[in-house]
Amino acid sequence: MVETLAEDITTEVMTVNIGPHHPATHGVLRLIVDLEGEVVREVKPVVGYVHTGIEKSCENQSYWKVIPFVERMDYVSYFFQMEAFCGAVERLVELEIPPRARYLRTIFLELNRIHSHLVWLGTTALDLGAISMLWYCFRERDRILDLFEMATGQRMHTRYFQVGGVIEDIPLGFEAKLREFIAEMPVRVEQYEALLDRNEIFLSRTKGIGIVSRERLLELGVTGPLLRAAGEPWDLRKVFDYLAYPEMDFKIPVGTVGDGYDRYRVRLAEMVESVRIVEQALDGLPEGPYIADDRKYVLPPRSELPVSMESLIHHFKLVTEGYRVGPGEIYYSIESPRGELGCFLLADGSAKPARVHFRDPSFVNLQAFRDMSVGGYVADMIASLGMLDPILGGVDR
Amino acid sequence: MPDAPGLELIRGEIEGDHPGAVLETSFDRDQAALIVEPGQLLEVLSWLRDAPGHGYRFLSSLHAADYLPAEPRFGIHYELLNRNRAERIRVKAMLGDPPSGELPQIDSCVELFPTAEFQEREAFDFFGIVFRGHPELTRILLPDDYVGWPQRRDFPLGGEPVTFTYNEHADG
Repeated sequence: MVETLAEDITTEVMTVNIGPHHPATHGVLRLIVDLEGEVVREVKPVVGYVHTGIEKSCENQSYWKVIPFVERMDYVSYFFQMEAFCGAVERLVELEIPPRARYLRTIFLELNRIHSHLVWLGTTALDLGAISMLWYCFRERDRILDLFEMATGQRMHTRYFQVGGVIEDIPLGFEAKLREFIAEMPVRVEQYEALLDRNEIFLSRTKGIGIVSRERLLELGVTGPLLRAAGEPWDLRKVFDYLAYPEMDFKIPVGTVGDGYDRYRVRLAEMVESVRIVEQALDGLPEGPYIADDRKYVLPPRSELPVSMESLIHHFKLVTEGYRVGPGEIYYSIESPRGELGCFLLADGSAKPARVHFRDPSFVNLQAFRDMSVGGYVADMIASLGMLDPILGGVDR
Repeated sequence: MPDAPGLELIRGEIEGDHPGAVLETSFDRDQAALIVEPGQLLEVLSWLRDAPGHGYRFLSSLHAADYLPAEPRFGIHYELLNRNRAERIRVKAMLGDPPSGELPQIDSCVELFPTAEFQEREAFDFFGIVFRGHPELTRILLPDDYVGWPQRRDFPLGGEPVTFTYNEHADG
């Protein structure tokens, strides 16, 4: 009797619902899983629980008011969202941004990449039982947020990038504080490695887990660290010419087999490369204006308002109506911490965009989740999800 | 990006194999686009993917846009990428609004590019564009019982009932 019961438990397929409110799903993601014993036979991600219609809302805002909206899509990599949108508008109106702005944007993007990877490392290691990692990672993350606060006034959702450049120059003392951070960060990464690389549990839960072949990943449109971990050296920062990346010297870390462990190694190595980029950008930071001098798109400096009638008119028109963008469409893509982040913008000649669409890397990468988990244990599915690093705010928009 | 003459060469080559497939080309702000006949979309996509010397094998993004009041009003955009040459090309199929009650239709490209599965569902969800041959064309971000196609330009902003009615009476 007992034997037949035991047989039934292992052969019967049982459908289990995980989420949407579950700490291991890294946000509001629901998984419908068919289990045969402990083995995953089918998994279907259900998304949309934090859909707030941001793309539709953007169509009702003038261009400069869209920036805070898009920042709230992928709430961990907000600088990237801003860059995708501002870069797309700049390309539509053919506005050149000054060199100092290009370098400042590069610095903040790379700091944001480190920040994003730290959030990923802390939460994923937490899922895999290495609880103390969360505190170490969030300690360094907090220092990055302090830097953001110092330069922009906000810790998250900074609205720092503007069409034409950045809103303000970096303050006095910022450089010293940033140099202190970049001197320390590589040491911290080594400490994370020391904590995890000899952790038997972490190794056995990541090695050989969630392997998807490089060809299949490309078919599924997967980009970013997931693709690089499978051995494909594809990075938009190297391939396309944007911001200060062509002038930077950095490597693209790649993995070999593309399991969870490779994904972890690639992201750690990327943090060190990002530190190198920040350092080079800080060394080579050009003097000069931090925002373009085109008064049709860029607010005049505050000091001019009481003395120049023309500046006052420009300021008034830009704030009340916003600027008009001639009809056209553009697709601008950058390398976000999760892969290719693209912004499609359709302008109809008015002061509001006719369509804003974000090609969110988490949304596309999530399609590979089925390939990663089917045939493995349910516990490995959770590990794969952590290694996939989806941000549900970006998925659902 | 292929440059403007390069785009015309591609168009000429496609015309040779599939006459009438490319309706127009556009080269704007350094971005090349082919506007194709919706009925021959799959032929053009698979040609761009497989023809020797081209190999736009990676579909970066698939999205829809509503060009109201232009006619045909819906545009489906396929951002193709050639990773070896680091070149992008946009394929655009324009769909008209069929008589009332019907939804515009186009062939699904999931067979050619599996990455399109979620993205075609998203375009269906927000614009009501039916992708023929899609394995599971259901709403993806909106609730299954949602009525309407909210990203269309003639769909009003706001005005729909709010799910949370906690202080409905207090506000009058």
